Amino acid sequence: MKARIKFRKTGVMKFIGHLDVMRYFQKAMRRADIPIAFTSGYSPHMIMSFAQPLGIGITSDAEYLDIELAEPVTSADAVGRLNSVMVEGIEVVSLVKIADDRKSSGMTIVAAAGYEVTFPETFQTSEEVIRIPESWKEQAESFMNQEQIVVWKKTKRSEKEVDIKPMIYDFTVNEDSIYLLLATGSEQNLKPDLVMETYVRYMGMDIKKIPVHYHRLEVYARKDGNLVPLEKLEI
Amino acid sequence: MRKLALSDEILLKIEKPARYIGNEVNSVMKDSSEVEIRFAMCFPDVYEIGMSHLGIQILYDMFNRREDVWCERVYSPWTDLDRIMRSEGIPLFALESQDNIKEFDFLGITIQYEMCYTNILQILELSGMALKAEERGEDSPVVIGGGPCTYNPEPLAPFFDMFYMGEGETVYDELLDVYKEIKRRGGAKKEFLEAAAHIEGIYVPSFYDVSYKDDGTIASFVPNNVHAKEKIKKQVAMDVTVIPYPEAPVVPFIKATQDRVVLEIQRGCIRGCRFCQAGMLYRPTREREVDVLKEYAYKMLKSTGHEEISLSSLSSSDYSCLQELVTFLIDEFKGKGINISLPSLRIDAFSLDVMSKVQDIRKSSLTFAPEAGSQRMRDVINKGLTEEEILNGAGEAFEGGWSKVKLYFMLGLPTETEEDRKEIAVLADKVARRYYEIPKEERNGKCQITASTSFFIPKPFTPFQWAKMYTNDEYISRAATVKHAFNEQLNRKSLRYHWHDAEVTVLEGVFARGDRRTAAVIEEAYRLGCLYDSWSEHFDNEKWMQAFENTCVDIAFYNQRERSLEEVFPWDFIDIGVTKDFLVREWKRAMDGEVTPNCRQKCSGCGAARWGGGVCIEGKN
Repeated sequence: MKARIKFRKTGVMKFIGHLDVMRYFQKAMRRADIPIAFTSGYSPHMIMSFAQPLGIGITSDAEYLDIELAEPVTSADAVGRLNSVMVEGIEVVSLVKIADDRKSSGMTIVAAAGYEVTFPETFQTSEEVIRIPESWKEQAESFMNQEQIVVWKKTKRSEKEVDIKPMIYDFTVNEDSIYLLLATGSEQNLKPDLVMETYVRYMGMDIKKIPVHYHRLEVYARKDGNLVPLEKLEI
Repeated sequence: MRKLALSDEILLKIEKPARYIGNEVNSVMKDSSEVEIRFAMCFPDVYEIGMSHLGIQILYDMFNRREDVWCERVYSPWTDLDRIMRSEGIPLFALESQDNIKEFDFLGITIQYEMCYTNILQILELSGMALKAEERGEDSPVVIGGGPCTYNPEPLAPFFDMFYMGEGETVYDELLDVYKEIKRRGGAKKEFLEAAAHIEGIYVPSFYDVSYKDDGTIASFVPNNVHAKEKIKKQVAMDVTVIPYPEAPVVPFIKATQDRVVLEIQRGCIRGCRFCQAGMLYRPTREREVDVLKEYAYKMLKSTGHEEISLSSLSSSDYSCLQELVTFLIDEFKGKGINISLPSLRIDAFSLDVMSKVQDIRKSSLTFAPEAGSQRMRDVINKGLTEEEILNGAGEAFEGGWSKVKLYFMLGLPTETEEDRKEIAVLADKVARRYYEIPKEERNGKCQITASTSFFIPKPFTPFQWAKMYTNDEYISRAATVKHAFNEQLNRKSLRYHWHDAEVTVLEGVFARGDRRTAAVIEEAYRLGCLYDSWSEHFDNEKWMQAFENTCVDIAFYNQRERSLEEVFPWDFIDIGVTKDFLVREWKRAMDGEVTPNCRQKCSGCGAARWGGGVCIEGKN
């Protein structure tokens, strides 16, 4: 049986990087006695894969990991047991059964992610946020009305010019936050900080001088042309 | 939600912010307004090293079992954060509450190696405290030191209010109770220090005066306060089965050096190697009951979720129920994806059998620690490992499929000759020859024999505490002799030789046996910028040499003379149970090349029997 776990990462846990969150969950599975399956071979390891790594400093309501279970568990029981061994700042939201085939798991199906961007009053903490200036809303419209939004995008090997506009599915300025829905995953991947950097520069400012906080709201897969949260994909 | 001491901006700028945020699994949160004593427990090195230390986990758990105490942790900020804290004036804080260390009642520092001494000063300074105890007021916590280096606390004496000599399980409760009582009635720190001086094992350095002879050695070491005892008795927990053990140790988010469950199976060692300080300090050998260890294994794996378990002791092969314990661990946990990591065991049929079950033979290597190349030299140091045993063990291992062997040696041992040094290479070659005796078609390619040498440092409370050390140049030339001998061996292509740096050895030598006057060197080196001296990328020998020069402290006085039997040592006021008479006897036997049997073969009357327990009474009740 395969299952998908959704969890929240908030508070001080935003300083724990992706690899350490993986280590954390391996140990959490043992503490919670989740009957997870192991690979065979000389040094067996847990069958576990994470969707879409989250950068350090970003909080999230929707982190996903897929696991393979050696024996079935009930969702409520497993969520309860996991939450009884979590630290403050990691909360398991759900555990759902997923299809056993390879193409429905992990990274491969991720198509988009939604983010909430806020502007803390200071660089000290991200708790107190400012209201967004009225002018930013208009600027956002003209920003998105450009024919192309060309940026220098760094990849592992090179740096190249890319038009990011087609990868921004939604850009909405609210009263005290900005909502972004961005192409995410192995085919196309756009990070929220690059969008904000470009947008703030478009308005004639430097992002480095403005405290910004990113919070991931949801991760989506594409199904029949629609974006569906990973936990809502039906088997 | 907890408020962090460091801003988001700083945490996102520095390496591994997880070092400073606390919140780990099994870390203990309490309400600071509901406890009477706040204790900051410090390991003066970076988080990943400090979190790997069993002793702190034991004390952290033990203190936090008390409702009136909240024990928190603090480690050395890494150099990147150190710079920021200094330039922005951010005080050092504890991981749990994130409160300033200066607000605590106690700052306890475990002192595990000499090269962390400048880090201790960093902790004090970043906390906003004066380095010297006499300059610290009532608003500073009581600074207490513990750990192996406190068996010669004198180089650190001016920086500490008190030292705890021995195992933490015995008198800490008493010390905390006395503190609480004095705090309640608003007593001064001095009053507490005087009351503490009455407790066994507590040493208050400011209550003693030292005077020196013209030749620089100690003339007298006497109490200057009526409350201070003449001798401080080392504390020993006699029943190691019933003392508290951390069943739910703290689990770091980032990978610590020791990322596993550690079962301490026994304390002490029966062997009596003459260079080994731990072997003398922790006498008598005391075993923990195997059934209790099995129970800890279950509980600790469950509470931490670790995927590995290992055993801790000075010599696991001497634990009488080792076979039962290891078999249990393999049967019970191997199938659940738990790695069993075995400490270096004596190589015999049993250990080869279990090792083949828990590790990949092709990748793993076998370790021998002959410590010296020639049998003569091994007799001097009382290392009861013979060439025959090494070759037989290696032979059995080679036949079982292993092809890699590591050999550990020391250079600069008392009475060592050039011949003894060359024998290191000869012994390594003999091991390789043993491998090539196996028919070609049955062996697994070439073998790889790696020998390493470190330089011997005489430590307090060992039979070699009178021995002399050498200069940096002399050490390098001794290593070069060994290197040269390796090049002359038949199987030189299968042999490798590494040696450790000598500069650090010289410094460790000074502080291992130094007196109070060497404290000035530590402070000066710190002022010159020395920090993280145990990290080769940060160690700066030139600055250290400058510090010796600036403070007019002569390295040769501490290192390069053989000390006379009459000399008063800075650590003579400590009573570790093992008597000085025994150490003198052992020093003389060493000079005659006579071996001394181990504690189970025959009692040598070292003095530890006075504790009335452990190996000293085995089979006598």
